[in-house]
Amino acid sequence: MTQFVATDTDAPMPEPRIRDPWLRLPTALRYAIVLVVLLALWQAYVTFSHVSNLLVGSPLDVARQLGADVANGKIPAATLHTLQTLLTGLAIGALIGFALASLAVFSSIGRDLLAVLTAVLNPLPAIAILPLAIIWFGLSDRSIIFIVTLATIWPVAINTDTGFRTISATTQMVAKNLGLRGPRLVIDVLLPAAMPYILTGLKTAWAFGWRTVVAAELVFGVAGSQGGLGWYINTARYYLQTSQIFAGLVVISVLGIVVEAIFSAIEARTVVRWGMKR
Amino acid sequence: MRGVSAGPPALGEPLVTGTGVAIAYDGFRAVESADFVVRRGEKFVLIGPSGCGKTTLLKAIAGFLTPSQGTITLDGKPIGETGPDRTVVFQDFDQLFPWWTVLGNVVYALGVAKGVHGSAARDRARAMLALVGIERAADKYPHQLSGGMKQRGAIARALALEPRILLMDEPFGALDAITRSQLQLDLNRIWRQTGVTIVLVTHSIQEAVFLGHHVAVMSNSPARIVEIVDTSAADDMDSPEFVRLSHHLRSLLITPESEARALQGAVE
Repeated sequence: MTQFVATDTDAPMPEPRIRDPWLRLPTALRYAIVLVVLLALWQAYVTFSHVSNLLVGSPLDVARQLGADVANGKIPAATLHTLQTLLTGLAIGALIGFALASLAVFSSIGRDLLAVLTAVLNPLPAIAILPLAIIWFGLSDRSIIFIVTLATIWPVAINTDTGFRTISATTQMVAKNLGLRGPRLVIDVLLPAAMPYILTGLKTAWAFGWRTVVAAELVFGVAGSQGGLGWYINTARYYLQTSQIFAGLVVISVLGIVVEAIFSAIEARTVVRWGMKR
Repeated sequence: MRGVSAGPPALGEPLVTGTGVAIAYDGFRAVESADFVVRRGEKFVLIGPSGCGKTTLLKAIAGFLTPSQGTITLDGKPIGETGPDRTVVFQDFDQLFPWWTVLGNVVYALGVAKGVHGSAARDRARAMLALVGIERAADKYPHQLSGGMKQRGAIARALALEPRILLMDEPFGALDAITRSQLQLDLNRIWRQTGVTIVLVTHSIQEAVFLGHHVAVMSNSPARIVEIVDTSAADDMDSPEFVRLSHHLRSLLITPESEARALQGAVE
C-alpha cells in the first residue's frame, strides 16, 4: 500500500548550483552561439576553399536569396501551398485515425480492423503509394493530399488507441458513474485522458506528413507540375541556383522548428498544466 | 445543505436491499450469497479480508456489475446500470479528472449528470468544496493536491450530484494514519450535515466501528456475509462499547480457518 505524505507541491525546489560555466548561460543563448559558430565555419569554408557557388552556396548568398524570394513572394507562395496540402492531408488523416481508434475502443471488430490495417499499411512508406495516387487522381494536389492522409492516419490511430487503452479503470468507472456514454464519453473523457498520446501521435504524423509532402512535390516538380517548397527546390536545381536550393531547405528547417514550438506550447497549456506530463 | 436531504439523521426505512446476492465474474464466484438491508440515512460498512468480495458487492450496488443470482433493489426497484443516483468514491487518488480544476471537476459533473450549468453549478460546487473543507483549493488542478485533499475533492463531486446513496470503496485506504483519522472525523460531520446514506468498504476494524451504524462482516471462501453487527452505539473510541465491538469484529475476522488460510498463503 502506498503511503501518501501530504506535501506542498507548489513550493519551488531549490535550484542546484551549476558548476559548468557554459551551462549557466541561458539555453536560447547557448543554442544561438552554436548556430552562429556553425554558420561561420560554413562561410569560412566557402570563402577560403574557392568552391564553386554552383555546388555550395555561402550562408550570406543563401540569406540574400532567401530575402529576395521572400520579398518577391516566391517563398511565401510555395510555403503556403505546401502547408495547405499538408494540413488538409493531416486533418483528414487525423480524423480517420481518431475515428479508427474510437471504433477500436467500442467494438472488438473495430479493434481487429485497426490491428490488421495498421499491420498491413503502416510499414508502407506513403511516398510509395504516389504512383498509384497519380493514376487515380492525376498530377494534382489531390494525389499529394491522398498520400499525406495515408502517412498520417497510422501514427494518430496507433497512438490514440494506446492512449485510450492506458486510461485507468478508475477514470473509466467515474465516467460511467456520471452517466457518460458514446461520443460524449470519447470527447469529454477519453480524449483529454489520452491527450499525451494523441499529441505524440500528431507530432509523429506531422513529421511523416512533411517528409511525404516535400518528396511528392519533388516528384511533381520533375513531372513539370507547379507548387510547393519541393517544387521550389526542384526548380532551383534546373537553373543550378544552388543558393536557392539551400534557401528552400532553410525554410523547411525553420518551419519544423516553429511547429515544434507550437506543439510545445500546446503541451504546456494542456498535459503539462494537468500534471500528465512533466 | 441545499439540495441534500437535511435534518436529524434517524434510521429510516430500507433503501437498498440485497437478497441472496451472488456475483460471478472471470469464472469464479466473487460473492457466494449476501443478504443485507441498508436503511435510509445510515452508514453501512462492509469489512472483510482481501478477496472476500466486499468491493465486488459495492460495485454491484453501484451497477458496474450485475448479480448472477438474487436481487439488489433501491427503493424497492431493481438497480440498473451505474448512474449518478449512486455516486462512487474510489480509493485511487487519481479519480478527479486531471484536466479540470477541483472546482471544474464538480461543475463538470453537475453539468453532465444533473444538467446544472453556469453560476448555479459554480455556486453549488463551491458550497460542496466548503462542506468538505477544500474551498481554498478550488482553482488548483488535482495534481497540485495532497492525497487527502484529492479524496475530499472526490467526496465533494460525489455529494454535489445529490445521490440517493454514496458508495465509498476504501476511500481512505491509501492515506497516512493522521490524514485518515481527520477524514474519518470529517466524514461523520459531513454525514451529520447532509444525512446522506453511505455504504463504505474498509479493511480497518477501527474505521468500521467508528463510522458504521451497521457493519457487515464478510469472509472469503465462501465469500459471504458472516454477521451484520450493530455498531451505532459506539461513537466514542475510548468507550467500553467501542472496545467490545472491535474485539467482536476481530473475532469474526480472525478465525482458526482464516489463520490456516493465511499460513497456507504464506507457504505457497
